[in-house]
Amino acid sequence: MPNKAMPNETPVEQVPVHVDHLIVNGELAAENAWCVSYDEETLPEQRPAFVPLALWQANQEDAELAPLLTSDTALNTELAAEVSKATAIAVDFPAFTDGRGYTIARLLRERYGYSGEVRAVGDVLVDQLEYMRRCGFTAMALRDDQHPEDALRALSFISVRYQPDVEERQALFERRLSADK
Amino acid sequence: MYRYDIHDQTLVDERVAQFRDQMERYRAGRLGEEEFRPLRLQNGLYIQRHAPMLRIAIPYGMLAGNQLRALAEITRRYDRGYGHFTTRQNLQLNWPALEDVPDILADLAKVQMHAIQTSGNCIRNTTSDQFAGIANDEVEDPRPWCELIRQWSTLHPEFAYLPRKFKIAVSGAAQDRAAIQVHDIGLRLWHNADGELRVKVLAGGGLGRTPMIADVVREDLPWQHLLTYLEACVRVYNQFGRRDNKFKARIKILVKALGIEEFRRRVDEEWAHLKDGPQTLNQAAVDAAKVHFPEPDRRPVADSANDDFDRLRTENRSFARFVTNNVTDHRVPGYKAVTLSLKRREHAPGDVTADQMEAVADLADRYSFGEVRVTHEQNLVLSDVPVDELEALWKELEALGMANPTVGTLNDIICCPGGDYCSLANAVSIPIAQALQERFEDLDFLYDLGPLDLNISGCMNACGHHHVGHIGILGVDKKGEEYYQISIGGNSTDDASLGKILGPSFFREDVPNVVEKVLEVYVSQRHEDERFLDTYRRIGLKPFKERVYA
Ligand code: HEM
Ligand code: SF4
Repeated sequence: MPNKAMPNETPVEQVPVHVDHLIVNGELAAENAWCVSYDEETLPEQRPAFVPLALWQANQEDAELAPLLTSDTALNTELAAEVSKATAIAVDFPAFTDGRGYTIARLLRERYGYSGEVRAVGDVLVDQLEYMRRCGFTAMALRDDQHPEDALRALSFISVRYQPDVEERQALFERRLSADK
Repeated sequence: MYRYDIHDQTLVDERVAQFRDQMERYRAGRLGEEEFRPLRLQNGLYIQRHAPMLRIAIPYGMLAGNQLRALAEITRRYDRGYGHFTTRQNLQLNWPALEDVPDILADLAKVQMHAIQTSGNCIRNTTSDQFAGIANDEVEDPRPWCELIRQWSTLHPEFAYLPRKFKIAVSGAAQDRAAIQVHDIGLRLWHNADGELRVKVLAGGGLGRTPMIADVVREDLPWQHLLTYLEACVRVYNQFGRRDNKFKARIKILVKALGIEEFRRRVDEEWAHLKDGPQTLNQAAVDAAKVHFPEPDRRPVADSANDDFDRLRTENRSFARFVTNNVTDHRVPGYKAVTLSLKRREHAPGDVTADQMEAVADLADRYSFGEVRVTHEQNLVLSDVPVDELEALWKELEALGMANPTVGTLNDIICCPGGDYCSLANAVSIPIAQALQERFEDLDFLYDLGPLDLNISGCMNACGHHHVGHIGILGVDKKGEEYYQISIGGNSTDDASLGKILGPSFFREDVPNVVEKVLEVYVSQRHEDERFLDTYRRIGLKPFKERVYA
């Protein structure tokens, strides 16, 4: 099946994230220890680090490593059970228009019951955060050029949810019915 | 009509504030062009040839009189006093100023309207049968189901960045009037032998560069599972739809590449996890949606009214013509549905002035319980007119220039904005429609031709549905010159088919002549009472080709 990732210009080197570009549970993070490395061959020196899935699989005994899932990761029970051992999982957005990461997060949370941190990394923009949160991301590392203060505002614009999501388990039609009773 | 409750209203209000913020950040340079693009598209805002273009959502084509009045006012205040109804049952404004868009959205929100997801790579406005709820051949009113789909798809957190746009159409009648076979997902509501409601789910239809007729994914989905099954379909598409090439990103390409069996297998695998989950519908939820679409409070119409109506038809030839073409039978005796033609030579098909919108709103209030429907053929419908008021309504429509008795004929052209407005066009399309309407305005001739869909698109994106026109016209570009390619044999209803290209394309001036020759072949070859489409299907392309390129 032709399902290549977006044209891939992902840097091979590790990407640090400024503290004020990391949002955890709806607030600017006070610290950000994790770095993200896209290098598929070599482990980064800095720890803790998100590293490509295969590299993480080969070094699972290192508790300071966590898996970085590409947007075309096909999650299944086996893989989910494996990555669930990690304290955190990063999902990459190679382009902000690549919506596969939302599905990955929902599956991790809702289908496979993963309860550690799920972090969005890569092309993460202010106006996506709300959807990301609803899909189960607890941490979002904004792209460098994004304004953190815009991000916090963007998280609070829409309060209505028709669909059930990771935070709100009932569809609005159900909540309306119970309110009527 | 669906009426907002506090939740729906809060959502559109919040959405306005959100977009205002996005717009301000864009104008302040804090939000880049690329990053702003999907945000503005998901609020209906395009950047077009002359100006921005704003596409306003009309969920499944239903409009209340006060909404139409508000639209009229909006076109006056922010645009040039008219709007354009589209094949997707929406309304487009061609000349708004970018900086006004948040205010326009705020004005729309006041009358329970918005422009959410009318464009962009997300689930678009769900479309339906313009005769929903009143059609003779209806099994199940699709509107409550459309409304449930509208809510499910609106700001769906997982599906705002799909590989490509995604369109759903729903039909609940024996005859498909919603073109469900050429949508990304088409839904058909039907009753099984036990009288239980089932949903037939089609996937992978669509027009554009690679036109395709949809395949059946599931014949008999129990209605309780409608939303979870849709979710499974879209999730499979989100994961596996191609993202490396936007021309191959529609679900139709995925369905064809996998094959329908494999596609179905993946959907079912996904659905197995979602089935019976929190989006499973129950009777109470469906009933709550149905409450919004009650039977109007129709007064009884005396049997004698029908006799008077029949007599009038025999006495008044003009009225009779109007009735034959623009008036549709109703489920309820004594009532009719009336189609208002938006096809006049002086305007682009689908265009309506603000004055006309207000007048139609007024007519809707007086003759049809204050409701108007938009058709995918770019006309309007008053769905509940008592027969004893038809004549009076017709006279008022005449005065408004909206009584063209040509609905369903060659004159009832579907046409995209083309080169006059659209920056993607290869050629103009509105002037072609006008030239054809001018050539074929003789009513007797039009009626003699019978039902005929003539559809025009200004480029292969196919906004004018040219592939499914009995006669389709497509603007093509050859070395910077405008040409027109003609196809015949397309059809968007039950026995949907894609038109076949006649041969090399033509100059603009030649299009009416070519169409005339195509019609001559039909007229000379048809069996008695045979539709154009059936003659074509019987005799094939060859005779048409020979005549046109002789
Ligand atoms: C003027 C601005 C417009 C632009 C830039 C535009 C753009 C496009 C594009 C790019 C496509 C092809 C999408 C694809 O196949 O993947 C398309 C298809 C389509 N558009 Fe438009 N369009 C415009 C106006 C309209 C109007 C006015 C209508 C209705 C009259 C319309 C209805 C449609 C329909 C029905 C399709 C076919 C979708 C399908 O494949 O199922 N569009 N449009
Ligand atoms: S068919 Fe082409 S020219 Fe016509 S509206 Fe669509 S994109 Fe524009």
